[in-house]
Amino acid sequence: MEAKKIVDALRQALIEEMERDENIVLLGEDIAVFGGGYRVTEGLLDMFGEERVKDTPISEIAITGAAIGAAMTGLRPVLEIQFNDFLACAMDQVCNQAAKVRFMLGGQVKIPLVIRAPVGATGRAAQHSQSLEAWFMHTPGLKVVFPSTPYDAKGLLKTAIRDDNPVMFFEHKLLYGAASPGGKAKTAVDDLNEAFKPAPEEDYTIPFGIADIKKSGNDVTVVATGFMVHRCIKAAQKLGEEGIDVEVIDPRTLVPLDKTTIIRSVEKTGRIVIVSEDVLTCGVASEISAVVAENALFYLDAPVKRVSVPDTPIPFAPVMEQAVLPQEEQIIQEIKSVVYRGI
Amino acid sequence: MDKETALFMYKKMVQIRKFEEKLYQLFLTRPMPGSMHQYNGEEAVAVGVCAHLNKDDYVTSTHRGHGHCIAKGVEINGVMAEMFAKKTGCCKGMGGSMHIADFSVGMLGAIGIVGAGIPIAAGAGWTCKYRGKGQVSVAFFGDGAANEGAFHEGINLAAVWKLPVIFVCENNVYGFSTHYRRTMAIENIADRAAGYGIPGMVVDGMDVKEVYAESGKAVERARKGGGPTLLECKTYRFMGHSRFEKSAYRTKEELEEWKKRDPIKLFEEFLLKDMKLKRQELDEIGADVDREIEESVSFSERSPDPEPDDYKKYIFA
Ligand SMILES: Cc1ncc(C[n+]2csc(CCOP(=O)(O)OP(=O)(O)O)c2C)c(N)n1
Ligand SMILES: [Mg+2]
Repeated sequence: MEAKKIVDALRQALIEEMERDENIVLLGEDIAVFGGGYRVTEGLLDMFGEERVKDTPISEIAITGAAIGAAMTGLRPVLEIQFNDFLACAMDQVCNQAAKVRFMLGGQVKIPLVIRAPVGATGRAAQHSQSLEAWFMHTPGLKVVFPSTPYDAKGLLKTAIRDDNPVMFFEHKLLYGAASPGGKAKTAVDDLNEAFKPAPEEDYTIPFGIADIKKSGNDVTVVATGFMVHRCIKAAQKLGEEGIDVEVIDPRTLVPLDKTTIIRSVEKTGRIVIVSEDVLTCGVASEISAVVAENALFYLDAPVKRVSVPDTPIPFAPVMEQAVLPQEEQIIQEIKSVVYRGI
Repeated sequence: MDKETALFMYKKMVQIRKFEEKLYQLFLTRPMPGSMHQYNGEEAVAVGVCAHLNKDDYVTSTHRGHGHCIAKGVEINGVMAEMFAKKTGCCKGMGGSMHIADFSVGMLGAIGIVGAGIPIAAGAGWTCKYRGKGQVSVAFFGDGAANEGAFHEGINLAAVWKLPVIFVCENNVYGFSTHYRRTMAIENIADRAAGYGIPGMVVDGMDVKEVYAESGKAVERARKGGGPTLLECKTYRFMGHSRFEKSAYRTKEELEEWKKRDPIKLFEEFLLKDMKLKRQELDEIGADVDREIEESVSFSERSPDPEPDDYKKYIFA
């Protein structure tokens, strides 16, 4: 059956890959018996048994380190970290070990490891709401993937699993379409449009480093990641009614980053707004801004605009959380601000 | 145990239980912000330990922190209003259920990162030792947290620096969905104390008298410069891991078995039989607490939301 939700697309990718290659093993907190905080691994324990689908102690250092050690010696682990915030507990293993071992050892070893982790703010305050993609963009040796649709999620996860390098694979909580740990489903998938493309039940991969133009347009380039892709598509539709033709690009992988598609688009539109849910300083949008400034400055008719979370932890109260996250109306205003500047 | 202490502890346990029951009802019947992890069933642990603490002693807590807050003396209005994400919440709506704190009573905060409070409590213990005024610090944490690196590093540091810290492990059998027997190869987490060269003790966490007695010894040892203790309290959570989580990983029979030893029921039996209190006295306490909880709800409802940009005040000191 085609997967209409990211949770199902990811599960399909895991199942198909595990059937293909018996070296693929899964580990993480509450992934086996419980089926995962966001239900991605539901049913996999029954299908593949406890040697391949392992619940772990709450020990992020140990499970990340063990995944690396297993990857160095022939297995292909897919590790789930329950919330991306907890990657902070495993930072040495990820950034000093996984990212660097092959390099330091002169290429003797490969580390075919995928670390999956949910990102995004859903009312759970500062330690459970971050979007930490940029931390890992800043560490050479890691690939960084962030899909926004079921179609992309499946194809990219398969590519990640087949990759011989450590891949950080981020999943947005509001796009799973499944309940968060213990909760009722807090989800945005019910009112997304056809851009939330389902994943067919077939074997396909999506290469890293190829952005996807989610909506083409001529007046302004919008680059967005994760959930923000869908906010931007909605904003683009509204702006379309006002005669502003927005192009929405989803890089899909942040490392490697498809600079060409972004630069070509800016050459066409002369304007760029970058929308992401991580914090502004040294963030996803900062990096993309720099790429545009270095490569397409003379095509620009307006300053580059970044729309991200201001430099703050995510506050708990909904009024404040909403205030720091990029909202559709804000995105519309920011896009207008660069469009009008050139006219 | 004198009557005053007994009644104090009874009231605290009832406050925690009724607070949690009210919250559960609120989450069922109206949109409430965020999520929550409830403490029903584990009341004897927080209350038995905190009964020995003064305002200027410190506590670090966990994602399951409502009980620790109430036991340490945080005003219920402030805790409830924080659950409502109101400006009058004890963290001004910035933290919510997983980050409730009140420094005026030594409550250093619930922490959403499993295990993180253990080394922080060691640090607070260092301050206590440095000041030399006999203060202590307490880390509450779960069985799951005992498998974090922070557990090892935090307790070892406290042991080697001989810090006045009581490490209170609430072994409620599960870390989220995972039974402790599937995450550790020993039966008692307290046994790990030997590896740090400190005393370790297994305590019946459903019996507030026993928690009170054993933690009393640990607190006294710490106050006198004897260093840290690891107390493992065997307990059970009566609710799902969080909010409406259904706990399919455990059996109804197991839950019912533990509920027979409901810490509040057990203590009531003791109060009525052994301390010869009257049922009516206990009922009056229950009624007082009911009023207090209702008042905390209406206080929260009356309270204003934070301003959308209030968060800017708290990024840096
Ligand atoms: C570092 C970290 N890893 C994982 C989690 C997700 N998580 C929250 S509570 C929990 C279970 C904790 O179990 P335990 O320490 O036994 O406490 P309990 O919930 O039983 O009170 C998990 C896995 C987290 N918050 N922080
Ligand atoms: Mg537990």
